[in-house]
Amino acid sequence: MSKEELKASLTALLPTATFDETGEFLNVIVASGDMLPLMQTLRTNKEFDFNYLFCLTCIDWKDHLMMVYHLMSKELKHILVVKAKIADTVNPEIETVSGIWKTAIFHEREVYDLFGVKFLNHPDMRRLFLDEDWPGWPLRKNYVDENMIEI
Amino acid sequence: MNLMGENIVTEDGEFIINMGPQHPSTHGVLHLKIWLDGETIKRVQPHLGYIHRSIEKMSENLSYRNFIFATSRMDYLSAHINNEACALCVEKGLQIEATPRAQAIRILMGELTRLSSHQLWWGCTGLDLGAVTPFFYAFREREAIMEIMEETCGARLTQNYMVPGGVMYDIHPNFQKRVKDVMKQVKDNLHEYYDILTGNVIFENRTKGVGYLSAEDAISYGCSGPTARASGVSCDIRKWFPYDGYEKVQFEEILDTGGDCYARYMVRMREMSQSVSIIEQLIDNIPEGDFQAKTKNVIKLPKGEFYQRVETARGELGVYIVSDGAASPYRIKYRSPNFSNLSALDHMARGSKIGDLVAIMATIDLVIPDIDR
Amino acid sequence: MRSLLEISFSSLANYIHAGLISAMGDGMAALVTEMVIAGVCLILFLVPLCFFLGYMERKVAGFMQLRLGPNRVGPKGSLQIVADTVKLLFKEGLTPDSSDKFLFNLAPVIVVVTSMLVMAPIAFAKDLQIWDMSIGVLYVTSISSIAVIGILMAGWSSYNKYSLLGAMRSGAQIVSYELSIGLSIISIVILTGSLKMSDIVMSQANGWWIFKGHIPVIISFVIFVIASTAEINRAPFDLTEAEQELTAGFHTEYSGMKFAMFLLSEYINLFVVSAIAATLFLGGWMPFHIGSWQAFNHIMDFIPSSIWFLGKTFFIIFIIMQFRWTFPRLRVDQLLTLEWKYLLPISMVNILLVTLMAIMGWHF
Repeated sequence: MSKEELKASLTALLPTATFDETGEFLNVIVASGDMLPLMQTLRTNKEFDFNYLFCLTCIDWKDHLMMVYHLMSKELKHILVVKAKIADTVNPEIETVSGIWKTAIFHEREVYDLFGVKFLNHPDMRRLFLDEDWPGWPLRKNYVDENMIEI
Repeated sequence: MNLMGENIVTEDGEFIINMGPQHPSTHGVLHLKIWLDGETIKRVQPHLGYIHRSIEKMSENLSYRNFIFATSRMDYLSAHINNEACALCVEKGLQIEATPRAQAIRILMGELTRLSSHQLWWGCTGLDLGAVTPFFYAFREREAIMEIMEETCGARLTQNYMVPGGVMYDIHPNFQKRVKDVMKQVKDNLHEYYDILTGNVIFENRTKGVGYLSAEDAISYGCSGPTARASGVSCDIRKWFPYDGYEKVQFEEILDTGGDCYARYMVRMREMSQSVSIIEQLIDNIPEGDFQAKTKNVIKLPKGEFYQRVETARGELGVYIVSDGAASPYRIKYRSPNFSNLSALDHMARGSKIGDLVAIMATIDLVIPDIDR
Repeated sequence: MRSLLEISFSSLANYIHAGLISAMGDGMAALVTEMVIAGVCLILFLVPLCFFLGYMERKVAGFMQLRLGPNRVGPKGSLQIVADTVKLLFKEGLTPDSSDKFLFNLAPVIVVVTSMLVMAPIAFAKDLQIWDMSIGVLYVTSISSIAVIGILMAGWSSYNKYSLLGAMRSGAQIVSYELSIGLSIISIVILTGSLKMSDIVMSQANGWWIFKGHIPVIISFVIFVIASTAEINRAPFDLTEAEQELTAGFHTEYSGMKFAMFLLSEYINLFVVSAIAATLFLGGWMPFHIGSWQAFNHIMDFIPSSIWFLGKTFFIIFIIMQFRWTFPRLRVDQLLTLEWKYLLPISMVNILLVTLMAIMGWHF
């Protein structure tokens, strides 16, 4: 599907989604509560058939967190970027997509480790790189560590 | 041997064994917790983070010229290709293209890197399975390639040669001749690789039917590179989303349908021949001109997000830069191929024996610093 | 020169015997002194032998791997092994706290002693045998089985999961492959009709068994070499010491002198197994004669018998060493499959063939 067709189908699917077409891929921005049903449709619906999740990450925009999912379909060869906005920066939570794409199991553990986003219903919600008792979420912009040196 | 961690015997009679982080056959510092029932593996759980250097956070304070060189330390066996990915991403943001000469040099360096990485992989696979001799034969050619790199780029392993806009210096006058000599040597010796290891009955028994990964699982786990191509998944980024002039070069994407260790092994062996053929196509046809496109001294990417994908020796590396207009990136995410390949290890290793686990890890070709970043 | 090498060893032994009896009287004292002399001579022979075997292994490995091997310490690196042994002797011999101390210390002793005991019936040259007993071949197979106990002791008493796994694997491996070795040896016993080593060697005076017995004996020889490589835990059957998997297996916890004893026993076993193969299949100290070529046979007789024996033994050692650097390692279930499903049935059929050949007189 081309970008316009994708945009039209997604608007029909989820009227509250907003779009950002300035970049290379079509970005669709949804609220964090709407993310999981959208993802399930994107995976199971034969028109979309996004079976390859190739990047899962989070960006800290100081007043909100933005989860970014890069999706691709191996058969239909189109790419979509789904962004889910998490408004709560103190206790961020969102549903897990590891039931849909198994690669998300490790990626979401990494996001939890570095950003503190809790993924609900994740099979193994633990930190990945750092120790279990490490204080704080390192990749957040407000992370302070007494060992950090200002150069 | 220091037994770290708990020695729990579960009710089913299983016991837990630790493999690593210091172990001769985990390629780097990888700590695996293995649940064993006799000799059969019930579950494998990797513990990561032993070489986590927070490259992503560090890069938020580096300039757009400097952050590229931290990636050489990620997958150090494909250092050129990692740097190329970052340089391409920055060029995407600046909306410039590298000069034709630089593009040809980048492809040559990338393919030399891929060839030497696969050679080291082959030597280490033999070593892990107990055949000590292939290691020396692999390093014979790899040494020659390392010396070429040293002459042109100044370093053998972490070459730091790619910059946004092109390459850092022009190639050495000896480069073309030396590469041609090495390619001749590699082509003469490639049959030895098959003679020593591939046709060996013991080797085939250790790798055929071991560690099966189906195509759907490969896509679901996000596997890429030879790991996925051996299961029949077409994913070569050089063919799907060509960069740096790869669309003008003739080569085949090697696919296999076996899905087991032997298929992964054969895919990499045939990729070595493809790399040799790409190098031979380009080595006499490097266009003249500038080796670097003009960029400002201080690079600032416009506000926005840029994603670049390349094919390293192990799979698809993605560089995702989020910029807010400053001189340093706001957020960088490296989508590393080994991270996703490792997540499929548990799935592949269940039900097999410890010897099979070693064979599976050898053929997935992990480089741990790429996982931990 | 030739007369020096052809000293009649039996006359030397008689001379010493007579001397001791005249000095100490005919009784236990002389007997015990003779035994001590024999033991000391054996150890004096074995230690330089192991040095030489270690040096040979590293040089062979080097040349097969496109490199030189040791070449700095001593002329052409010959003193490298001496340096390594001295280093091992100076290392601290750690005993793990929770290990069974008695068994832990006993295990290497058992392993080394059994390897040395097997040297007794081997004929090094004409008239040079420590003890030519009437059941020489049976003695060899039975004593070498005792080594398994030493390995299991080592693995168990180390109180270490990896050592235990390695020892279990090793025990299963050795016990299985003894069957094939036994059957190969029996094929020669059938043809010779005697268990005595000197009889077996003398029966090859008109030709080595590997030529006289043609196909079935060649099959036996191949099976013997394969099975004995497995028996002595050498690659490609060395998964008990597979560094890549279990970090040194049953001797993980050993260091210093005890570790040196395990290494020593491995090389002695290598020599013994090759010596047995050379004696049974390649004629022992018998020179290489071809039928009625008088001149050729006369020249072959010129070379002393000890040189013949050592040459054949080292030829087989060289083959076994080459196995290590060529093949990958077998997995434990593949190893046992190889023995129980392939080597053992082939050996049994081969025994039938050899028996048929012996009855019908179809050998040369």
